[in-house]
Amino acid sequence: MTTFTPTADEDVVASVQWALAENAPLEIMGEGSKRGIGRPAQTEHAINLSALSGITLYEPEELVLSARAGTPLAKIEELLKRNRQQLAFEPMDYGPLLEQPAGRGTIGGVLAGNLAGPRRLKAGAARDHVLGVSVVSGRGELFKSGGRVVKNVTGYDLSKVMAGSWGTLGVLTSLTFKVLPAPEMEATLLVRGLSEGDAAAAMALAMGSSAEVSSAAHLPEGISTPTLNVLLGSGPKTLLRLEGFGPSVAYRFDLLHRLLRDGGVIERIDDSTAVWAEIRDCAPFADNTDRPVWRVSMAPSEAYKMVAELRMHAGAAAFYDWQGGLVWLRMEAEPEAEGIRALVAHFGGGHATLVRASPSVRASTPVFQPQPPALAALSARLKEQFDPNGILNPGRMG
Amino acid sequence: MSLAMPQPDAAVLAKRAEIAADLRTIVPGEGVVEAPNEMRVFETDGLTAYRQLPLVVVLPETTQQVSRILRYCNERNIRVVPRGSGTSLSGGALPLADAVLLVMSRFNRILDIDYVNRCVIAQPGVTNLGISQAVEEERFYYAPDPSSQIACSIGGNVAENSGGVHCLKYGLTANNVLGVEMVLITGEVIRLGGKHLDSEGYDLLGVMTGSEGLLGVVTEVTVRILQRPEAARALLLGFPSSEQAGQCVAEIIGAGIIPGGMEMMDEPAIHAAEDFVQAGYPLDVEALLIVELDGPGPEIEHLIGQVEAIATDNGSTTCRISQSEEERLAFWAGRKAAFPAVGRISPDYYCMDGTIPRKELPRVLAGMREMSERYGLRVANVFHAGDGNLHPLILYDANIPGELAKAESFGNDILRLCVEVGGVLTGEHGVGVEKRDLMPVMFSQVDLDQQMRVKCAFDPNHLLNPGKVFPQLRRCAELGRMHIHAGKMPFPDIPRF
Ligand SMILES: Cc1cc2nc3c(=O)[nH]c(=O)nc-3n(C[C@H](O)[C@H](O)[C@H](O)COP(=O)(O)OP(=O)(O)OC[C@H]3O[C@@H](n4cnc5c(N)ncnc54)[C@H](O)[C@@H]3O)c2cc1C
Repeated sequence: MTTFTPTADEDVVASVQWALAENAPLEIMGEGSKRGIGRPAQTEHAINLSALSGITLYEPEELVLSARAGTPLAKIEELLKRNRQQLAFEPMDYGPLLEQPAGRGTIGGVLAGNLAGPRRLKAGAARDHVLGVSVVSGRGELFKSGGRVVKNVTGYDLSKVMAGSWGTLGVLTSLTFKVLPAPEMEATLLVRGLSEGDAAAAMALAMGSSAEVSSAAHLPEGISTPTLNVLLGSGPKTLLRLEGFGPSVAYRFDLLHRLLRDGGVIERIDDSTAVWAEIRDCAPFADNTDRPVWRVSMAPSEAYKMVAELRMHAGAAAFYDWQGGLVWLRMEAEPEAEGIRALVAHFGGGHATLVRASPSVRASTPVFQPQPPALAALSARLKEQFDPNGILNPGRMG
Repeated sequence: MSLAMPQPDAAVLAKRAEIAADLRTIVPGEGVVEAPNEMRVFETDGLTAYRQLPLVVVLPETTQQVSRILRYCNERNIRVVPRGSGTSLSGGALPLADAVLLVMSRFNRILDIDYVNRCVIAQPGVTNLGISQAVEEERFYYAPDPSSQIACSIGGNVAENSGGVHCLKYGLTANNVLGVEMVLITGEVIRLGGKHLDSEGYDLLGVMTGSEGLLGVVTEVTVRILQRPEAARALLLGFPSSEQAGQCVAEIIGAGIIPGGMEMMDEPAIHAAEDFVQAGYPLDVEALLIVELDGPGPEIEHLIGQVEAIATDNGSTTCRISQSEEERLAFWAGRKAAFPAVGRISPDYYCMDGTIPRKELPRVLAGMREMSERYGLRVANVFHAGDGNLHPLILYDANIPGELAKAESFGNDILRLCVEVGGVLTGEHGVGVEKRDLMPVMFSQVDLDQQMRVKCAFDPNHLLNPGKVFPQLRRCAELGRMHIHAGKMPFPDIPRF
C-alpha cells in the first residue's frame, strides 16, 4: 500500500506514470471526506492531494479565484467571506451524512463531485462556476482547459467534463472558479402544514413569481434535526429563501406573502443561514447509521408523486430541495434500487444516486444511475480517451 | 483568403448525384437541394469572407431522418456540416465541398411549455427570440440574448454556447440549457439531461454546449425560462478615460452589485453610433458606460444612487439616469446599433471577440491603438464590460487589394494580446475556422490532443464538421497510442504511508 502525497503538478504526473508502468490502479482522493460515495475502491495504491494546497490567485473585483486541488474548501470559503464574497453554488458538505467530521473536503473534490446546495436552482452547481482546470489524465499527461475569465468558448469545455467525474477521468491539480458577491442579507418565508403535493404547488408558484426566490425546500412531518427543531418547531414546513439587499428582500417578502397567504400559516425567519445549511448537508438523515440514502433529481412537479408511490411498497423517509426536484430519500431497510429507478423513469425521468450505504451494499448495487446502452457506450468511450488503462478510481462509478 | 481546409474526398465528389438521390429516399420532396444556384444561399455564414458551395444540402424534419442521414454518411465515410440559421461569426457553419450540409431550420416547433417546472422544450431550429416570445404572455423569457436573437437558432446557440449582454448576471447558454436530444454520427439517438438538474454520469451536456457542431447533431433542446424582472433602469455614464470607466466597473462589482448589463464603448464607437441613431451620447468622452439595473423596483431605487456615486467618484463627466422606459431604450439604441453604425463609416468591418481580465483593459486598448497605427486601419471597440468580453471592430475596405489580409492579421494580433494578458481567443463567437489556427497560442499540443480525444469518443473518423476548431486533425488511432515510461517510483523521498 503506497500513498503518494504530491506537492507539485510534476509529482502527480510522476505518480500516474509510475502507476501506468506498474499497471497499479490508484485511488484519487483529497481529504477523503467523500470516500464513502461510489463503489468501494479496489486499489492498493492512492494519491492523496491534500498537500497540493494553496490559493494561488484571488482578485475580488475580477470575481475570480484559483487554488490547487487539495486546498481545503473551508479555507477558500473563509477567505471569500472576509471579502464578502462566496462560491454562489453553495457546495454541500457530505461529511455528517457519511459519518465524517463536518467542514472537511477540498476544492478538487467539490468539482469532482459536482457539488451544489439549495441555491442550485438559481445559481447552478460547481459545473456552472468552474472557469478552468489543470488535470493529469490517466495517460500521465498534464493538460489544461478553460481559463480565468467568465466568458470563454475557446475549445471544448473539459472543465465541465471533470464535473461529477469522481476522479475517474483525471487527477485535478488546480482549479479556477468564478466567485460572486455574498448577499447582504437573507430571510426565509416559512409556510406551515402543507402536504407534499400542496408544497410542490406552492414552491412552483413562488419560483415562477418575480420574487427571485433562491431556494425552495419542503420538510414533511417528522423530518427534522435538533437545530431545525429549535429554529422551526415541528410539523411540515415549506421554506422559501430570499437573498439580496435589505430593501429588496423586504419588498420581495411582502410580494411572496401576498402570493401564498391563502395557502397556510406564514412566518418570517430572519436568521435562516443555519436552516439552509442543515438542508444543504442532508442533516435530517445524518443519523450515524448506514441505512441507504438516495439523492434523486427529477422534474419538480413529479418528484413527490414518485415518493408517494414508493411509500406504498417500501419504508422510506423523504424531504425535498430545489423546488421539490431534489429528493433525499432514506430507506428503512433495503436500497430498492430497481424499484426506485423504475418509478423515477415512470414519473418523467431523472436520476437516482445511492449516496450512502454500507460497503457491501455499494459493491452489489449500481450506485450511479445506469444509462441507456448508446449513452453508456459513449460514456465508456470518453473514459477510455482520458484513462485508457483504467488506472484512476477503477470501478468507482460502476 | 488562404484557409487550408481538409482535402475534399474525390471519391465522394464523384458520387454527388448518387448521394443526393440516396438522401431523397430519406427526406423526400424539397428536403434535398443540389442545384448550385439553389445552394448559393448556404455557401457562407456570418463570416462572409469565406464561401464554399456544399456537396448537397439536406433539410430533415424529424429526428429519425437525421438519424438515417448520419448513419448513411457514416457508413460511406461522407462528411457532414450541421447548420442552424447560419449566423456564426467564426465560420462554424461554413460548408465543405465534399460534405453534406445538414440544415436544421425545419425543426421549428416548440414542443412543450412547462411553467410549473419553468422550462421550454423546443426543436433546434426555433430562434432564440422565438422561445421568449412563446412564453411572453406569462411574463417569462429565456435569458441568454445574443444580438442576433431574431435570427439565430437555439440549436446554434447550444453549439456555440452563445452569450449576450446579460450573461454576467444570468449566465451563458451552458447555464440555461437543461437537456438535449442529439444524434451521434452512427445514427444513435441519445438524451442528455431533461427537466431535472445535473447529470447521472459524466457531464456530456456540458461538453456538447460549445462543441461547434463537431460532436453530434442536436435535435431537441430543453431550456430554463425565467420570470421577467419587474423593472429595469439604466445609467449612461461618460468618462474622460477608459481607465476611469474600467475602475468604475470594478468598484460597482466590488460593492457587491451585479448589474443586469454593463456595456462600454470607446470614442470611435460612440461617434459612429451617435452619428447613426442620435442617441444623445456625449461626444467629449473617451469611454461611455451603460449600466443597467434590473429586478424589483425597490432594489433598483436602492442601488441606482450607489452606482451614481461610484461613477462620480471615478470622475464621470456625464451621468444620466433613465426616467422612463423610452429613455432607457434610447440609451441602448446607440449600443445596439453599434455594428451597423460602424458599417456606415467603413465599407467593411471585421468583428473580433476576445475576453480579457477586466483590469487589463487600458493595456489592451493602448496596444490596439499602437496596432491601429502600425496597420493603418481604424478600430472601434464595444465591450461587455462586466465580463471582460471585448468586441473590437476593425475597419477596412475589401475592395483594396490586401486590406482584408491586413485586417485579419491585425485581428490575430489583438487576440494574441488578449491571451498574453491572461484572456482567451473567443468569448462567445466560437473558434470555427476563423480562430482555428490561433489555438496553439492558448493551448499546448497536449491540451489540444486531449480535446481531440473527446472528439474521438463521439466521432472517431472526423466526419462531423472537420476543419473547424482544431488547427490540425490527428487520427484517433494515433491519439490513442500510449507512451509508458519505465516504472520508477516517483519522488521516493517524500512522505507516504
Ligand atoms: C449580427 C450578429 C450578432 C451576433 N451577436 C452575438 C452575440 O451577441 N452573442 C453571441 O454569442 N453570438 C452572437 N452572434 C453569433 C451567432 O449568432 C451565434 O453564434 C449563434 O448561436 C449561431 O446560431 P445559428 O443558428 O446561426 O448557427 P449556425 O451559424 O448555423 O451554426 C453555428 C455552429 O453551430 C453548429 N450547429 C448549428 N445547429 C446545430 C445543431 N442543431 N446541432 C449541432 N450543431 C449545430 C454549426 O455546425 C456551426 O458550427 C452574432 C451574429 C451576428 C451575425
